Amino acid sequence: MAQRNPARDALIDPIFNNNPIALQVLGICSALAVTTRMDTALVMSAAVVGVTMSSNFFVSVLRHHIPTNIRIIVQLTIIASLVIVVDQVLKAYLFEISQQLSVFVGLIITNCIIMGRAEAYAMQNPPAMSLIDGLGNGLGYGAILMGTAALRELFGFGSLFGTQLLPLAAEGGWYTPNGLMVLSPSAFFIIGFFIWALRAWKPEQVESD
Amino acid sequence: MEHYINLAVKAVFVENMALAFFLGMCSFLAVSRQVKTAFGLGVAVIFVLTITVPMNNLIYTRLLQPGALAWLHPSLAEQDLSFLGFLTYIGTIAAMVQIVEMTLDRFAPPLHAALGIFLPLIAVNCAILGASLFMVERSYTLAESTVFGLGSGIGWALAIIALAGIRERLRYSNPPPALRGLGLTFILVGLMALGFMAFGGVQL
Repeated sequence: MAQRNPARDALIDPIFNNNPIALQVLGICSALAVTTRMDTALVMSAAVVGVTMSSNFFVSVLRHHIPTNIRIIVQLTIIASLVIVVDQVLKAYLFEISQQLSVFVGLIITNCIIMGRAEAYAMQNPPAMSLIDGLGNGLGYGAILMGTAALRELFGFGSLFGTQLLPLAAEGGWYTPNGLMVLSPSAFFIIGFFIWALRAWKPEQVESD
Repeated sequence: MEHYINLAVKAVFVENMALAFFLGMCSFLAVSRQVKTAFGLGVAVIFVLTITVPMNNLIYTRLLQPGALAWLHPSLAEQDLSFLGFLTYIGTIAAMVQIVEMTLDRFAPPLHAALGIFLPLIAVNCAILGASLFMVERSYTLAESTVFGLGSGIGWALAIIALAGIRERLRYSNPPPALRGLGLTFILVGLMALGFMAFGGVQL
């Protein structure tokens, strides 16, 4: 790279080089159960991108006014308020999907990516850069989520976004859905293989252990 | 009584917090390198879950639920504060963790020394908040939510201790370099989740 643009780095870095899920092991908690279908994964990713961006922004705006001793609780309050907004919007406009996501929207609060970025980045950096950092980390999380959901929905139901791509054997087609993909363990396997592939491609990420 | 035992068994095995709902994954993966530390964290999680789930149950049924404020004044019977749920639950959890930590420090220093470093971590553990949210979604009573909190705590502790046991042994294996560490742990947890699925449908 001839010139390194800091804003571009803050956006691209978390997606490939420093992925919050694959490398920092953050934010897996609330994520995996929503990846059986693409549409719930998309809504969940959008919600997380929205919350990381705005929480990073607001924490960064307030960073000089937050007393160090109680910063965690202040950050939690900011994040919880933002999640309440997201939850109410989802309930108002996407009621069915919000029912499917059930408790996992609320669990965005304890998503370690958001806390982690607020603590590690937004507390030290100006608002605009924090916003971009939040966007990048949200997208890095979303990329893994969408990838997992695409595989699980394609092989588990033979469809993508609810559109049937592989005709099911039960309906006269040729594809027999793989029941394992609908169950929770498959998400672990897929993410495990994702990490394997990413680290085989970028060997510097391998843990020394 | 049978109902409560059934609920506890379901919370420990069938609907295991870590392996069926992926909750508390961050610390589940990060603190499972050694059985000893995993055990400490597991006990702390059981402790905090058993306290916070019934606490949040009281807060929900007495303050937030639609019409819950009727005991204060009849004119408040129409109020629905349930949208404030997330904020109050996480506040309660953070405050409870703080209180538990201070109480242990004062009255049980050895226990505090053992659990000390894990307690602050627990405030942002998704399993704790998740249990409270499940409790609200399934409208448990106070007694049910105590059993559910205890059961899901035991289930989580069981899962992390088992994983730590396997990972301790794994150190002597020779996986492909790119798979070492996190990747292999994920696949391992997937296999454990498959094993736990065998409990599905267990009814007492």
